[in-house]
Amino acid sequence: MPIWRLFTTFKAESQPSLMNERIQEKLSILADAAKYDASCSSSGGKRKNENKGLGNAEGMGICHSYTEDGRCVSLLKILLTNHCIFDCAYCVSRRSNDVKRAAFTVDEVVDLTINFYRRNYIEGLFLSSGIFSSPDYTMERLVRIVKKLRTEHKFNGYIHVKTIPGASEELIQEAGLYADRLSVNIELPSELALTTLAPEKNYQEILTPMAQIRDGITQNKEEKALFKKVPAFATAGQTTQLIVGASAETDLQIIKLTDSLYQGYGLKRVYYSGYIPVTDDARLPQVTQPPVIREHRLYQTDWLMRFYGFHADEILDPAHPHLDLEIDPKLAWALRNRHVFPVDVNTAEYEMILRIPGVGARSARRIVAARRFATLTLDTLRQLGVVLKRAKYFLTCQGEGQPILGELSEQQVRRQILFGAGSVRAALVTQQLDLFAQAS
Amino acid sequence: MSKLTPIRRSTAPARPNARRPAPELTAAPRDYTYDGTFEGLLTVLFTIYDWRAAPNSIQPEATAQTGLFAQPAHRETDEALAARVWEGLLKIMDKEARARLYHVFLSEDPDRELLIFRYVDLALRTAHDVSENYANADVRRVQRLAQQMFREKHRMEAFVRFEKTADELFHATIEPDFDVLPLLAAHFTKRYADQRWLIYDRRRHYGLYYDLTRPDVVRFEPETPQKSTELSATVLDEREPLFKLLWQAYFDHVNIPERKNMKLHRRHMPLRYWKYLSEKQPREVRFEPIRNKRPPGEANLRLE
Repeated sequence: MPIWRLFTTFKAESQPSLMNERIQEKLSILADAAKYDASCSSSGGKRKNENKGLGNAEGMGICHSYTEDGRCVSLLKILLTNHCIFDCAYCVSRRSNDVKRAAFTVDEVVDLTINFYRRNYIEGLFLSSGIFSSPDYTMERLVRIVKKLRTEHKFNGYIHVKTIPGASEELIQEAGLYADRLSVNIELPSELALTTLAPEKNYQEILTPMAQIRDGITQNKEEKALFKKVPAFATAGQTTQLIVGASAETDLQIIKLTDSLYQGYGLKRVYYSGYIPVTDDARLPQVTQPPVIREHRLYQTDWLMRFYGFHADEILDPAHPHLDLEIDPKLAWALRNRHVFPVDVNTAEYEMILRIPGVGARSARRIVAARRFATLTLDTLRQLGVVLKRAKYFLTCQGEGQPILGELSEQQVRRQILFGAGSVRAALVTQQLDLFAQAS
Repeated sequence: MSKLTPIRRSTAPARPNARRPAPELTAAPRDYTYDGTFEGLLTVLFTIYDWRAAPNSIQPEATAQTGLFAQPAHRETDEALAARVWEGLLKIMDKEARARLYHVFLSEDPDRELLIFRYVDLALRTAHDVSENYANADVRRVQRLAQQMFREKHRMEAFVRFEKTADELFHATIEPDFDVLPLLAAHFTKRYADQRWLIYDRRRHYGLYYDLTRPDVVRFEPETPQKSTELSATVLDEREPLFKLLWQAYFDHVNIPERKNMKLHRRHMPLRYWKYLSEKQPREVRFEPIRNKRPPGEANLRLE
């Protein structure tokens, strides 16, 4: 079927059941093709239901369901179409892949979103697309959908729009007026990988819209401070995604890139998507399992950089370019920096308490609050939620605790934490490491 | 410079507070009963300080276990006194802490009344805000129950599934672990301002109905002959089965089979909630993943 025919006005077919089957098939194909995008968040929006319309997207996100892979379902995450003129090696919708293709009409997406939302299935819409015809042609359709939802249907639910690489500045600007979040996916964590695996893309085309969105958000904030009524622009910020394991970058390269994106582009989130083998392309690693543990360690590192005051080069350095798969990055850092421990929880600064392995951000805040009332004991710490199994090597309170760190080698502490009584993790990690060994 | 000054913990008693000191509970302790409402409990709190008699127990009258010798003192709910106590709580705690006490009440914890009393009493006798005194077991317990309530409320905001009826009512049934329905009203009213909806708590036999202007508590005759609250197919909107089917299709297709992790799946969505989740109901036909991949080694098979 020629591409232009897919987007002609939707005509109701004579038999409703046939029409229903068709829409169900489209939804199946276009949800299946969109699922590799890891972004799921529906938080941070500031859109209130002030027009007695449908929906409300202020504050906290909500995960409405969870699939059997344990990932959350928050938004109706679909592609407008999986037709694509690009041929990126890592992508299921690449031009040369022989798969069923489909395309929604504008009205179909609007109808699905509204009806799913009314039944409390979803928080809103995540709309992306393969590139058909031209980037602007595609982007224009995406904008038309979100505009229709906002203006004709008074829809105040959450909308996340993926901007199409190469789309014009004006269209991105217009999308930002209706969407709560915009994102441009970098996908490959280095320019070299991008030129090899996605020859039609280039870093410039990705970073330019990213900078444009950043400036749009900043300008919008400044205007809001000055004037009362300013149209919102992507109030939930922008995000991006990096595919992990499709190309040869080290973890150090990845977290350096992440750090520069947070610092330089003010991103709200960087998502990591463990590469799932989709094609037999010779340029890609021939693996059988997605690198889920590596992905998990990258997320932990991401959290350390955003909420725990760590810098990228504290966590990894050229001598240690990869994250330890066996232990979490905070514990790994603590083991390399044993000279700063033990930390006395009754007197230490909040920033230092955050760095104790086994103490999360919530426990750290509680420690600082509770010690104003009473001197803390190990027992209180446990009740506050501190994981003493890891923390006990690195803290003291009132002389309690185990000031034995100095006597143990890094390997000994590591082994005790990993394989100590009741440790189930050890078995899991070994299993996953075995899988890696088989794969390589 | 500041490094040279050691942190000195003041050993002097806390700075005398501007407010009146809490009355000492000097009279003999008593057993109290109330009508089971939150206002009733607030009335009891007032009485405790009025009579200066600490509680041995505070129990709802309907389920009170009476001791052999002691005759419990029953307090009738007094709306005016309750309102006075509710306002007065703000003198010793902030709004969030006060809301936590209401959430503890809704938690249906067997010890909730005495816990609320002990917390209020601690707040009365401490010069500064006690809500962060995690070293105190009662404070931790209140925080913990409030957190459990918050989690259950949040889950209900997520796991409610509406069905549209032919007369345009969106209907959902829930069975939450705690009595969170009163806490859901604000969320759903803001969200679905333009549709009529009803959320029914089947375990506690009451519902929340929004009629396009405001949400109201509604009760039904206890267990009518039609035991099930599920709506029969005839009263549903004609497109309702379609959207249920589409939702199931969507749910199956966003799953990535290579990442299957049932343990995580169940941790996020415990089994006891599946009953009312349309995506977890058995399918007539299973939605198989789209065959859109060319895994290594399968290229040859495709040529057949």
